[in-house]
Amino acid sequence: MSTIKVNGKDQILDSEITISELLAINNVAQPEMVSIQINGNFISKDTYASFIVKNGDEVDFLYFMGGGQTNLY
Amino acid sequence: MDFSEEQIQRYSRHILLSDVGVEGQEKISNGKVLIVGAGGLGAPIALYLAAAGVGTIGIIDGDVVDLSNLQRQVIHFTPDVDKPKVISAKEKINLINPDVKVITYQKLFTAENAFDIIKDYDFIVDGTDNFPVKFLINDACVLAKKPFSHGGILRFEGQTLTYKPGTTCYRCLFHSPPPPNAVPTCSQAGVLGAIAGMLGTIQAAEVLKYLTGVGDLLTNRLLTFNAKTMEFRTITATPTDTCPVCGNHPTVTTLVDYEQATCELKR
Repeated sequence: MSTIKVNGKDQILDSEITISELLAINNVAQPEMVSIQINGNFISKDTYASFIVKNGDEVDFLYFMGGGQTNLY
Repeated sequence: MDFSEEQIQRYSRHILLSDVGVEGQEKISNGKVLIVGAGGLGAPIALYLAAAGVGTIGIIDGDVVDLSNLQRQVIHFTPDVDKPKVISAKEKINLINPDVKVITYQKLFTAENAFDIIKDYDFIVDGTDNFPVKFLINDACVLAKKPFSHGGILRFEGQTLTYKPGTTCYRCLFHSPPPPNAVPTCSQAGVLGAIAGMLGTIQAAEVLKYLTGVGDLLTNRLLTFNAKTMEFRTITATPTDTCPVCGNHPTVTTLVDYEQATCELKR
């Protein structure tokens, strides 16, 4: 079991998992719309499937935010 | 700069602030600020910077006012529907504060005109609604060594970061624009109007802090908030070595206009 912080809040995991799995657990529907920082370092999107989140890690999901209009992108 | 009696009175609540004073108000009055986008964020930014007496305010926006804008774009009024946004904004700024010189650009901010427009300004504010222009503002400001404020809103959330040369840029956080097929569906979009005011006024405060040199800017920190919980967080983010524009081996050395996908509102 490991305890990590996701966006400042404690999250308890049964085992060490990858970033991709963490995104799925947190119901992030569009991982391509999220930038991830772990312990202050940005993680390349290419490694989400293999990067293991470890006990004590502080994970921040940073979402792309535009202007909220119908002109979405 | 010698302030008139009327100006002393107008700016008295700034002048009374020991951190600002007459000297700080002079810096504000000599300031030249470009606002990219006269929409949800640009509206409160422009209103507060006008009221504060920023000497020159540039506004660039190619759109006309639409009825659906009025829910959050508080610088535009009902009779302004169909009027160019920059004209509508200029009229209100002049009514609030005749001291302000307003320069309008009724056009899109593009890779072609970006450098030429920003060169005349001390600070640039991102008040845009789309990622291609957000990346363009970042790249132009990083390459031209201009400070700027990034702002983004979505649904009930907002985020903002202030950039000064040498600090974390938007691309340090978000490497490149999301792929066009990754945009949220229409049902996921939309924004609570007041969120635009919350974020725009934070950006306006950053501009005034930059001009006066007061306080600590939101550099190397991304402020995010969620209005549903009213929780604010500040995430520390240091410049990234691998950043495509400000990193050790930049790949972005010229400006590009990224493709823009759109989504029609269902009725």
